[in-house]
Amino acid sequence: MLQLKRSILVFMGLSIICGLIYPLGITAVSQAVFPRQSNASIVKNGDIVIGSQLIGQHYTRPEYFHGRPSAIDPPYDASNSTGSNLAPSNAKLLDQVKGRIELVRQENGLPLNRPIPADLVLTSASGLDPHISVDAATLQAPRIAGQRKISRSAVQEIVYQNTEKPFLGIWGSERVNVLQLNIALEQINVQQ
Amino acid sequence: MTTGNWFCLLLFPLILTILAYPIGVYMAKVFSGGKTFLTPIVAPVERFLYRLFTVDPNEDMPWKTYTLCLVLLNVIGIAVLFLLQLIQGWLPFNPQKFGAVRWDTALNTAISFGTNTNWQAYSGEQTMSYLTQMLGLTVQNFISAAIGIVAVIAVIRGFIRKSAAAIGNFWVDLTRCVLYVLLPLVVIMSFVLVSQGVVQTLSPSITAKTLEGKQQVIAVGPVASQVAIKQIGTNGGGFFNVNSAHPFENPTPLTDFLEVLGLLLIAAALPFTLGAMLKNRRQGFAIFAAMMILYLAGLGIFTWTEMRGSPLLEKAGVVSGMNMEGKEARFGVVNSVLFAQSTTVTSCGAVNSMHDSLLPLSGMVLLFNMAIGEVIFGGVGTGLIGMLSYAILTMFLAGLMIGRTPEFMGKKLELPEMVMVVVIIITPAILQLILSSVAVSTPAGIASLGNAGPHGLSEIIYAFASASGNNGSAFAGLNANTVFYNLTTSLAMLIGRFSTIIPALAIAGTLAGKKIVPASVATFPTASLLFTFMLIAVIIVVGALTFFPVFTLGPLLEHLLLAIGKTF
Repeated sequence: MLQLKRSILVFMGLSIICGLIYPLGITAVSQAVFPRQSNASIVKNGDIVIGSQLIGQHYTRPEYFHGRPSAIDPPYDASNSTGSNLAPSNAKLLDQVKGRIELVRQENGLPLNRPIPADLVLTSASGLDPHISVDAATLQAPRIAGQRKISRSAVQEIVYQNTEKPFLGIWGSERVNVLQLNIALEQINVQQ
Repeated sequence: MTTGNWFCLLLFPLILTILAYPIGVYMAKVFSGGKTFLTPIVAPVERFLYRLFTVDPNEDMPWKTYTLCLVLLNVIGIAVLFLLQLIQGWLPFNPQKFGAVRWDTALNTAISFGTNTNWQAYSGEQTMSYLTQMLGLTVQNFISAAIGIVAVIAVIRGFIRKSAAAIGNFWVDLTRCVLYVLLPLVVIMSFVLVSQGVVQTLSPSITAKTLEGKQQVIAVGPVASQVAIKQIGTNGGGFFNVNSAHPFENPTPLTDFLEVLGLLLIAAALPFTLGAMLKNRRQGFAIFAAMMILYLAGLGIFTWTEMRGSPLLEKAGVVSGMNMEGKEARFGVVNSVLFAQSTTVTSCGAVNSMHDSLLPLSGMVLLFNMAIGEVIFGGVGTGLIGMLSYAILTMFLAGLMIGRTPEFMGKKLELPEMVMVVVIIITPAILQLILSSVAVSTPAGIASLGNAGPHGLSEIIYAFASASGNNGSAFAGLNANTVFYNLTTSLAMLIGRFSTIIPALAIAGTLAGKKIVPASVATFPTASLLFTFMLIAVIIVVGALTFFPVFTLGPLLEHLLLAIGKTF
């Protein structure tokens, strides 16, 4: 009985320390020291919340960079998160990939035998991946330049300027944030 | 692979070793009651808590009392977490107004977090209130991790004590583990995570109007505090459905590095704690070496299988057939592999990629890591318990070969120890094979499959390997949120957990009662390279014999069929 009483007391004590003081304390300090990061790294246009810098968005219009396919239904619904969980041997995966490859080639006017960067036609783990590879962005540059009537080199320049490197050059992959690219595109048009 | 990738794979194990050693020695000090650099700050809090808990810090417990306290605390935790999920709708910190969790899901989740499995049948951002995440899940993340750690500390005491009746004070070990080891690490980790963009707020979801004018609802919450402990405590239960693949749980390569490091750190440090407490540091290194060699071997095979890409994707027109399905662009293939390997050798189960979409042979490496009992570093505490069990088995075999009573670290190994070791090693294996065969032969088991063909079998084996090994990662195509899977995996998690910890404490009790046999010329030196390799051999033989048949029907068959272009 003594140990039962102790287990109840210890459980309550640790619940207060680890379940209230710890998370609420971290919240209070984070809100004070890192207000932007702890509140979802929100990107605004004036007063309108466009989205979070860390969360991908669904783009279909040809004048924007397109992100990765998302397995969430509807795509990039950030109240949820999921991958496709399709196995490499799943026929559905291959059908989807073939369809996406065809679409990418068509949208960008590419020849039928042109291999496509993997990240542009395969779904991300979260369904919310904010990034694409530099290759996947470069592939879309001519289409965007044509649509926006700006030079290809201007679009390519945006890609280079927004390229994020691996941590210390070794951890992670080189990538570009699609929302950031598209905001940069909008700014070019404003300047012109 | 880029040069950066090579450096990453070569440097990371080195960094891990360099950091694990001092932390291991530090933990030895903490659990021997010695002074550490944190003592001046923490000791007053510690004393205050003992008064509050009505605990006498000088009491020493026999193994049965120690076990009783451990089980009581665990059961209370599971019961409270179960209830909390059922009544969350009436409680505060619930801005999304989530109602009660379904009973079978709530039961599964309570057992899952209480046993340090953190198998998640639910989608966090759509099911759990902020209060449940903090006061329910985060608390169990601490307690279940601490329970694992103190259990192995008790076993180590079994080896160092001579003719003793007691193995330590559970309440003191637990409190010191939380105050001196877990909290300092997770507080630092939380702040670094937040600085990189991991959210930490109590506000409700955010509604955005995207560039194309669509509405996007973005789920947020007190994420960083949960992520920090789920990595450090090898729990693995994420805030969001996709765990550390979610940009709010793991936004940058730096956070990814810290999360992989965090999930391995304590488990990798514990062999050094063993060495320091035994005052035989070479022994710690010998066990650490066995773990590291197996870790690197698996990592090498895994990187090779995954980097080869999929022949079918290449044919369809994907550059080099690179398998980016279920992987995030910021991590790429190599860092997804590193995370997946690390999370399955330990019993963490956090993921930064979707394991179901890995190539078949890669999936087999993960299955092997879990199936052998997660002893390659393993869960905090439970991993070293498993490894010491294999070590005792190794010494028993060595004893048989030369016809001597086996000894390990000065203690004679006799019938009670051997029985317990066999229970620890065999139970999870039998459990996962039996439950898998139940699942494949019942309609309820088959109905949840997300993929057909041999991969479907892999999904089921993975689920039960993960549950009975208390890992918690998943081939998530399998819809596990059904009454059938919620109940069967609950059973697997409970048996898997307690068939490791209770026999381990029993071993601690019997060993503590024995005299220490002085080493003689005939003693097999266990702080040696020979021992390390014998240990590795025993692990591979036991694992291979138990699981080779089922691996042949699952991942190996899928691999061969993939090569000839067969899909399902």
